[in-house]
Amino acid sequence: MNLNLTLFGQMITFALFVWFTKRFVWPVIIKAITDREAKIVAGLAAAERGHHELDLSQERAKELLHEAKAKAMDVVDQAHKQATHILEEARKEARTLGDRMVLLAEEEIVQAKQVAKMALQQELGRMVVKGAERILKQSIDSSVNDRMISDLIAEVGGSE
Amino acid sequence: MSSEALDTTQYVHHHLTNMPWKHAFLENKLGDFGVLNLDSLIVSFLLGALVLFLFWCLARRATAGVPSKLQNFIEILFEFIQKQVKETFHGNNPLIAPLALTIFVWILLMNLMDLIPIDLFPRLLGTVGVPYWRMVPTTDLNVTFAMSLSVFILIVYYSVKQKGLLGFAKELLLHPFPYVWMAPINLPLSIVHELAKPVSLALRLFGNLFSGEVIFILIALFPIWWLQWVLGFPWAIFHILIIGIQAFIFTILTIVYLSLAHESH
Repeated sequence: MNLNLTLFGQMITFALFVWFTKRFVWPVIIKAITDREAKIVAGLAAAERGHHELDLSQERAKELLHEAKAKAMDVVDQAHKQATHILEEARKEARTLGDRMVLLAEEEIVQAKQVAKMALQQELGRMVVKGAERILKQSIDSSVNDRMISDLIAEVGGSE
Repeated sequence: MSSEALDTTQYVHHHLTNMPWKHAFLENKLGDFGVLNLDSLIVSFLLGALVLFLFWCLARRATAGVPSKLQNFIEILFEFIQKQVKETFHGNNPLIAPLALTIFVWILLMNLMDLIPIDLFPRLLGTVGVPYWRMVPTTDLNVTFAMSLSVFILIVYYSVKQKGLLGFAKELLLHPFPYVWMAPINLPLSIVHELAKPVSLALRLFGNLFSGEVIFILIALFPIWWLQWVLGFPWAIFHILIIGIQAFIFTILTIVYLSLAHESH
């Protein structure tokens, strides 16, 4: 219970311990703590930045999507236009082609008519000759003659 | 009856006697002062060395990344001390925080020895021929005074270093009454004021722990066996509080005193 030399022994021990703590323990642990603090602060800032960037890129993606949609609409529109244009063109072509074909057909008809007319005329000629022959063969009977001629005419007219 | 009373006295006395180490030369020169309390020296050194070794191991493996559970725990302790120092001490002195940490953990551990059953170590060591053993170093005045006197030396050192010898002398002479002609009264008051710091630090810690120890000894003396738990258990729980509080008070007051030493009033 009395003070004795232990006092100085303890003071030496105490001084040693404080020195050891100050030299080897305190700065190292505190450095770890402050370093981690800095790390956490940096990490939080990075997270914040990442969040912001994500927002930006989402915005950008939305814009791009809009643009792409508009472009697609444009393309479809243009395609429609082109399609109608092509259709129109085709129709026009078809019409001219049809017209020409009609024209050709008409020409052909005219030609055929001509041919038929010529054939008829030849037939008529032949019939006239035939009639004349018959008339000449038979006696002159005007009434018969007249009847024959009208028959002939009727024949010619009917065949036309 | 009288022999029982003697036994009791002997028991108490035995528990309050330090293990002495004597040397004829020292005893001749210094008398009673030339004795070393081996138990105080050994237990306190072992405890301090143990905790500092633990800290050192952790410091070597300390990482700024994800800390281990132990590192986390130690960091809480360090940050607690750092916070106390930052709040109280406004100067810039790299010694204060490590000093406060050392004081806190060392006193805490030495106080904790109070919770070990009081007869355990004296009996165990008695079987190998150690006649006396006190397990709680802070119940030895030498231990508490060693710390408080060291702190006192630091107080004086930093007072002189920060304010100059003249400034410090002025402070001693002109407080608490700020008149030159009052200096003869101021000086003894100041000296008492300064000396009260280490004395109160040491005696407060010693008194609390010593009285706690004495009560444990008295409880151990009760002849009815179950009273050991009925009395010892609540006292031990109450004592856990005292252990922490006393370590904390010593630490905080050390910081405060050193802070005062750095600032002029």
